[in-house]
Amino acid sequence: MSLWEYSNPQKFMQLSRWALPWMAGASALCLVGGLIWGFFGTPDDYKQGSTVKIIYLHVPAAMMAINAWVMMLIASLVWLVRRHHVSALAAKAAAPVGLTFTLIALGTGALWGQPMWGTWWAWDPRLTSFLILALFYLGYIALWQAVDDPDTAADLTGVLCIVGSVFALLSRYAVNFWNQGLHQGASLSLDKKENVADVFWFPLLVCIAGFVLLFVALVLLRTRTEIRLRRMNALLARERMG
Amino acid sequence: MMPELGKYADAVLGSYAVSIALIVFVVGWSLWRGAKVRRALAGVEARAGKGAEAKKHG
Repeated sequence: MSLWEYSNPQKFMQLSRWALPWMAGASALCLVGGLIWGFFGTPDDYKQGSTVKIIYLHVPAAMMAINAWVMMLIASLVWLVRRHHVSALAAKAAAPVGLTFTLIALGTGALWGQPMWGTWWAWDPRLTSFLILALFYLGYIALWQAVDDPDTAADLTGVLCIVGSVFALLSRYAVNFWNQGLHQGASLSLDKKENVADVFWFPLLVCIAGFVLLFVALVLLRTRTEIRLRRMNALLARERMG
Repeated sequence: MMPELGKYADAVLGSYAVSIALIVFVVGWSLWRGAKVRRALAGVEARAGKGAEAKKHG
């Protein structure tokens, strides 16, 4: 069976009806389990004290803020090249979820930065590119709302998504591009010496899994809603004509 | 049992409160909107079904 068969709304609805409860259940299990483990079951860091517990929210949210945009980019490209409606609707459905993760990353970053850096905010390359990413999310959502014709809206938001990808990539690699600013390098690394200590790493992995699954579950749920909305608008248009 | 968060309690608890509130909001909003659209579509489909039935039987 080809992957493109799921671009058929009926096939997508069938698959997502089956997958959604599993994704939602697994997400709740990982998120609740990971956060409880991280909050109650890990020690303070020798440098950061108890603020290290913020890592279980900040890192997964920041990762997913960028990955959500990458998913929207892929879905938008599929729409622009192959004109599959489900992919355009999936990109639309992902945007508010991505924005939520971006706000969590910015909010927890500010709350962590105040005691650690002595400031809520700095015009640091990573922080600034993340703020711009949040503005791109807002612009993307606003553009979908502003254009009446859904195909034109999908075209325009697809182009905006491609442009915004520069900032999604910058948010990820800003620390490496400009070796300046307050934000430290990546907390996660394949190099064991660079990576966070195992005691923080394992609950963090569970939280990351929780955020990924939450994103998938919410995108499935919201895409189902968008498909229904599209069908409803088509029926209403037919009703008006008949 | 609550862990000892010391002088950073506000930052840690604030982070958890903000994040959980945002997650609950986006989940709740998605579920509410999904249910609203499903109900509305069911209504429109029922109307369209009746209309088609009426046309078929003259």
